[in-house]
Amino acid sequence: MTLHLRVGFMPLIDSALIVAAKDEGFAEVEGLDLELVREVSWSNLRDKLNVRLLDAAHMLGPAAVAATLGIGGVRAPMAVPIALNLDGSAITLSLRRFEELARLAQGDLANPMVSAAALAALVARRKASGLPQLTFAAVFGFSSHTYLLCEWLAKGGLKLGDDIRFEVVPPPQTVEALSSGRVDGFCAGAPWNAAAVAAGIGAMLHCGVDLRRDCPDKVLAWRADDADQRSNAVARLNAAILRASDWVGDPANGERLALHLSRPDRLALPAELIEPVLRFSLSQGGGRPPRKVERFIRFDREALRPNPAHADWILARMEAAGQAARTADMLAQARAMFRPALFMDSSS
Amino acid sequence: MASSIKILIVDANPVRAAIIQEGLREAGPHEIVLLAGTNGLVAAIERHDPDVVVIDLENPSRDALADMFLVSRHVKRPITMFVDQSDEASIEEAVEAGVSAYIVDGLKKERLKPILQTCISRFNAFSRLQQELDEARSQLDDRKTIDRAKGIVMRLKSLTEEEAYALLRKTAMNEKRKLVDIARSIITAAEVLK
Repeated sequence: MTLHLRVGFMPLIDSALIVAAKDEGFAEVEGLDLELVREVSWSNLRDKLNVRLLDAAHMLGPAAVAATLGIGGVRAPMAVPIALNLDGSAITLSLRRFEELARLAQGDLANPMVSAAALAALVARRKASGLPQLTFAAVFGFSSHTYLLCEWLAKGGLKLGDDIRFEVVPPPQTVEALSSGRVDGFCAGAPWNAAAVAAGIGAMLHCGVDLRRDCPDKVLAWRADDADQRSNAVARLNAAILRASDWVGDPANGERLALHLSRPDRLALPAELIEPVLRFSLSQGGGRPPRKVERFIRFDREALRPNPAHADWILARMEAAGQAARTADMLAQARAMFRPALFMDSSS
Repeated sequence: MASSIKILIVDANPVRAAIIQEGLREAGPHEIVLLAGTNGLVAAIERHDPDVVVIDLENPSRDALADMFLVSRHVKRPITMFVDQSDEASIEEAVEAGVSAYIVDGLKKERLKPILQTCISRFNAFSRLQQELDEARSQLDDRKTIDRAKGIVMRLKSLTEEEAYALLRKTAMNEKRKLVDIARSIITAAEVLK
């Protein structure tokens, strides 16, 4: 019997596996009638999942942990039977700030140590001349994007929130926020860095993988009680996503995937902007040629295995960012949110 | 008597915002501030220092708002999303209606409840109005289409208005299609053959 499932997503390339599961018919093969619902905020995805307006949601790993523990809002226990990707984000600066950094850099700006030191010099100069603090944005407070920004800034001895103002800007608004000067830089998932470069207003400085490889990113979240009680639905959606993972992994399918993602009800961006990112060819802006980044984003089966160790990293980063103080109990709950057992059921 | 509550309504839709405002005015002596744009939300909240922020779920600034409250460096008083873990039904109702509320720490939930209920019912009323308006609009469009097709049939077959309409209806019945669909086909055909 066909099962109807509503899955919410944000317009990002890392929604590729659920989009491909639907548009390439992998969900149908598993007896699923998949309805994809685009949302405007991660808060909406969390809240709509919580009240079952959605069956499952494309979710930031750290946001799922925060919801499960009730940090910063509703306590909405979630379960993750499969991840949707690893890596895939990048840091982009306005052209003006990029040029300032290039002038201050002592060495190769592509080296995060060098760029962070240059940023620290810029921050110090602005402070000395009484200029306002720089503002950087990430796509959500509880996100690997926030934590990657923190890690990069720390290399220059800077602290997000103290030395640099922090703002949250949802992915589709990043380009506008950068062009209006509301933010000086942002860390977001693909293809929003490429979109800022294409708009002629930004320069990509670092990819997430320059700072950290195999960084936890998006997961597929279910309500914890649903994951337990609707194991058949969970297994079927997992199986469809695993099929999609094999299909997405074949470079020959890049153009088709770019077309699926570009649709007005998906990312609503030109396929020509998306397709190069799928080939790991990233436009950089600032007068530099596109950069080929090995394994810029991972969609392979191994990347999708829910990893309880990610809970350790996420909670440590939350604590470092001043979002929460860890306890052993919180760690246990966060680890339990990742369900490798459910993943193995569907891959066998 | 309880002091008045200051409510900030963030809604890009001015009509709905007015409907909510009117409802809240009836509900009590609240001070209400309307905010349409999402730009400068942080500054507006700092300036108005509200007890309650009501925001529609289609507003992409919700994530920014949540973070601002989490860090609470920006606001004078800590604000959190309103959730009554003991009352799941009202959370559900609010999300379904498409509205979310954030409250200043310490404001008693009994005081927020009627405000939230008013917002929920006004959001729902607005959705119904919107739906009725859409239906009325599409009915009007259908009638215009049918009138146009009728005119074409009258001209081409030298029929009276009643005869042309009867012919359209009969065709629709015979083909088991909607009258407006037949009318559209006639208009398309007439344009092609022009």
